Amino acid sequence: MPSDDSSIHWVEEPDLGLSGRMCLPMFAQGLTTTLRHLRRAISGHPVTVSYPDEEPEIANPRIYRGVHRLNRDAEGRVKCVACFLCATACPAHCIDIVAAPSPWPDREKYPQSFTIDELRCIYCGMCEEACPVDAIELTSLYNLTGRNREEMHFDKEKLLSVHDATKDGEPCRTLRPADPGGDP
Amino acid sequence: MTEALVKVAFAIGGLMTAAAYLVLLERRMAAWFQDRIGPNRVGIPLTRIRLWGLGQPLADGGKFILKEEYTPAHVDRTMYVLAPISILTAALAVFAVIPFGGALPSLDVGGLGWEHPVPLVVAPGADIGLVYVFALNSIAVYGVILGGWASNNKYSLLGGLRSSAQLIAYELPLGLAILGVVLASGSLNLDAIILSQASTGTWLAFSQPLGFVIFVVAAFAEAARLPFDLPECEQELIGGYHTEYSGIKLLLFLVAEFLHMITAAFLIVILFLGGWHLWGLTGATAETNWLTALLRTAVLLGKTLLVILFFMWVRWSWPRFRFDQLMAFAWKLLLPLGLAHFLVIAVLDQIRTYVLAPRLGETLSAWLLVIPGVGVCIAAWIVVGLTGPRDSTRPRRPGSAARGVSTA
Repeated sequence: MPSDDSSIHWVEEPDLGLSGRMCLPMFAQGLTTTLRHLRRAISGHPVTVSYPDEEPEIANPRIYRGVHRLNRDAEGRVKCVACFLCATACPAHCIDIVAAPSPWPDREKYPQSFTIDELRCIYCGMCEEACPVDAIELTSLYNLTGRNREEMHFDKEKLLSVHDATKDGEPCRTLRPADPGGDP
Repeated sequence: MTEALVKVAFAIGGLMTAAAYLVLLERRMAAWFQDRIGPNRVGIPLTRIRLWGLGQPLADGGKFILKEEYTPAHVDRTMYVLAPISILTAALAVFAVIPFGGALPSLDVGGLGWEHPVPLVVAPGADIGLVYVFALNSIAVYGVILGGWASNNKYSLLGGLRSSAQLIAYELPLGLAILGVVLASGSLNLDAIILSQASTGTWLAFSQPLGFVIFVVAAFAEAARLPFDLPECEQELIGGYHTEYSGIKLLLFLVAEFLHMITAAFLIVILFLGGWHLWGLTGATAETNWLTALLRTAVLLGKTLLVILFFMWVRWSWPRFRFDQLMAFAWKLLLPLGLAHFLVIAVLDQIRTYVLAPRLGETLSAWLLVIPGVGVCIAAWIVVGLTGPRDSTRPRRPGSAARGVSTA
């Protein structure tokens, strides 16, 4: 690209101005900025925490991207309709769904098995955005560990149990009008 | 002989410990300035006692010693080993003439003790103390250049080259600032310089503020601290002259760097901030009793610690200079200012010696000199502000004429 191309936006350094040329104002500005942060950290409000001793506070769990869960509907059934949108959206290809005809009258299909490889997942949240029925969501659980690779393949039961464990603290994120069992 | 050996043991042991704990302090300060917590875990091994991280320096030292000490195949082995040794030796040897306080009075406890007052300097009465300090500070350049050259690595060599240019450039303003101190106190002996400030109670930072500013700036550059850490700037040179070093040799370089900072802090305190003197607390003559002797050491070390804290504070406050800015700053700004300041101080000192002192006494005339000293500093500040570069020197958009620069 030539240097005079019209699509290049040239940012020119601003002039120093009198305060810049007198040095001292800038000098004091730098010192006061760092002093402000020093005061904040010493008075006990650093940004970081001593992790294993102290759990970090997640400011907004509704937008945090941690371990996945599969939501249940009002009757306790899995909400997922096995449409594969999440698996298609997934950039890491970590979602594996086996669909089967639904035993319930309100939908055609349901996931016979639904497995997420939590080690492959990059926690981007695309599956959550793609889901048309708000079945898959990312929770604010961040300290995910396992003893082997197999343990980190979360199947349908495990993902539903994550929902059971987190549903009180984190209600379903997308608040659609209540759907009385009709077509989604 | 015994006395000197004991002093050497105390000085080296104290300095090494101080350097280790200053590394911890620097890391904590860095963390605080960045809203972090910093190393606070290492305490007593195999227990859960943490001691606010005070075990960290020991752990760091152990790590450096136990790490693989890898010597790359392409280096010049002799020089490669010599570089860290020479830089640390020079950095430690400086402390032979630096006073750590006043003098301890004589002591006699059941036949043990000493008859004469013991000055708290390894080599007391060194009349060329200041020259010695600067001679050894210059030797530090050898360590840096040798390290960069022997590593046979372009980043290391660049770091070494930058370092040599920087250290040589900033030695000039440093020396010019010191000339004013030497004129005012009439001695190169560091003890005598402190005494002359204590006897009038006028620290030289008051009567020669411009010299103080020049010295502090140049001392930052000599110690290669931010914003003048061009020799090693991690972001550009991956560490500069010690890129190829590992293990204990790297540790020697790092300790030497901290010792340079400690030396610079000591010199700032001794030359300009009155050394061990504090009004109404430490006395003003060479004679001491135990109380004032201990107070003097505490005051001197306290002042030095404050200066070191300032060094660490500055580190996170300003961005690094570009290399051409660094050179321009030394040669175009500090050097002329230093020369002008030296001239003014020489004239003022003559006026003080021959006109003011016989009529008004030493103390009053010394305080009177504060007025022209501050005046010179403010005048220099205004001149620098008005004549400084009006616009930046960055390359501009092609075709657009640089503002403020004649294109004819």
